[in-house]
Amino acid sequence: MSDLLTTAIPGFREKLTALQSQIGNTPLFEVRQLFRKKNVSLYAKQEWAQLSGSVKARAAYAIFRDAIYKGLLGNGKTLLDATSGNTGIAYAWLGKALGIPVTLCLPENASEERKEILKSVGAGLILTSRFEGTDGAQELARSLAENDPERYFYADQYKNDNNWKAHYYGTAVEIIEKVPGITHFVAGLGTTGTFVGTGRRLKKYNPQIQVISLQPDNPLHGLEGWKHLETAVVPQIYDPGLADRNLEIGTEESWQMIREARDKEGLILSPSSAANLAGAIRVASGLDEGIVVTVLPDNGDKYGEILKKILR
Amino acid sequence: MATVVIPTPLRKFTNQTAKLQISADTVGGIIEELTRNFPDLKKHLLDDQGKVRSFVNIFAGDEDIRDLQQEKTAVEESTIISIVPAIAGGISF
Repeated sequence: MSDLLTTAIPGFREKLTALQSQIGNTPLFEVRQLFRKKNVSLYAKQEWAQLSGSVKARAAYAIFRDAIYKGLLGNGKTLLDATSGNTGIAYAWLGKALGIPVTLCLPENASEERKEILKSVGAGLILTSRFEGTDGAQELARSLAENDPERYFYADQYKNDNNWKAHYYGTAVEIIEKVPGITHFVAGLGTTGTFVGTGRRLKKYNPQIQVISLQPDNPLHGLEGWKHLETAVVPQIYDPGLADRNLEIGTEESWQMIREARDKEGLILSPSSAANLAGAIRVASGLDEGIVVTVLPDNGDKYGEILKKILR
Repeated sequence: MATVVIPTPLRKFTNQTAKLQISADTVGGIIEELTRNFPDLKKHLLDDQGKVRSFVNIFAGDEDIRDLQQEKTAVEESTIISIVPAIAGGISF
């Protein structure tokens, strides 16, 4: 890593170093009230405790850093990607700090709350059809980048290896340091970066560790950031041979978990965090002994419109 | 004959058809006819009680049917019915 920093375009080195201290090293929360079983422990990594308030800071930072190092950014080009959520917010924060413009393609039915957050951090927004979800936004971003390569650096979080590597070298290492006896890792699939990167490193550390992926049970799910791979464009970084098992999580199940996590653990979770927790509890409940770890990608801060209805 | 727009994620269940012409007087009638023709759609659109799932958004023109008369919302010849994927905060109740 230090090699990359020393060769980065002059002027960005200090900025990248300063930002790196705000990425990762998130707290590991032990779930004690929602789940209790003799000889089984459950931990959840609170990924909102870093820059931009979500797990996506890791991938976004790694993508910026690699592109600057390779001379693909920092030369006046704009970072372009498709995202309806946290990656966009992370790009916008980092772009602002680095002085690199950011343009995002997102579906027009993203919440007003989400659009306002992105605009307030200075991102340019291009809205795509509400019928096509993030797949449509990806298509437009790809096309814009192809037609104007001098203007855009297409980050393509679904294909960019820096996405999963951020978790391979970051998230997984942090988990191993805190809970070296981990037996199971559980995470939902979106870009699949968290699951693939963390899962690969954990398997390398101990091949006996079981990695369990989660997917929504419905193509029209309400689990922000997740993909129903059967009906969506499968991210190129996805490794279909990695998961020992895949479980389906319902949107209503996640909403119920949001209520229970608030009441029993004092956590205000996003739908995808609650879905991860629901999946992890399902896995932990089936064990006689073990240590289960999941990630909570973000908290409820950006989901006011949904949460006020779920929690009313 | 209202036009029903099928979102990309559901086209797998409609033989990749993006738009369908369906005759019915209400949105509920449209959904009934749609799920009769494409039974695999039913579990994705409706819950166990046969109600539209809370995270599935159905629009008549530009209006969410939850802001109209829900499944009883009247449909005219020119009405465009859209099934819209939910993403963050895009959910209406």
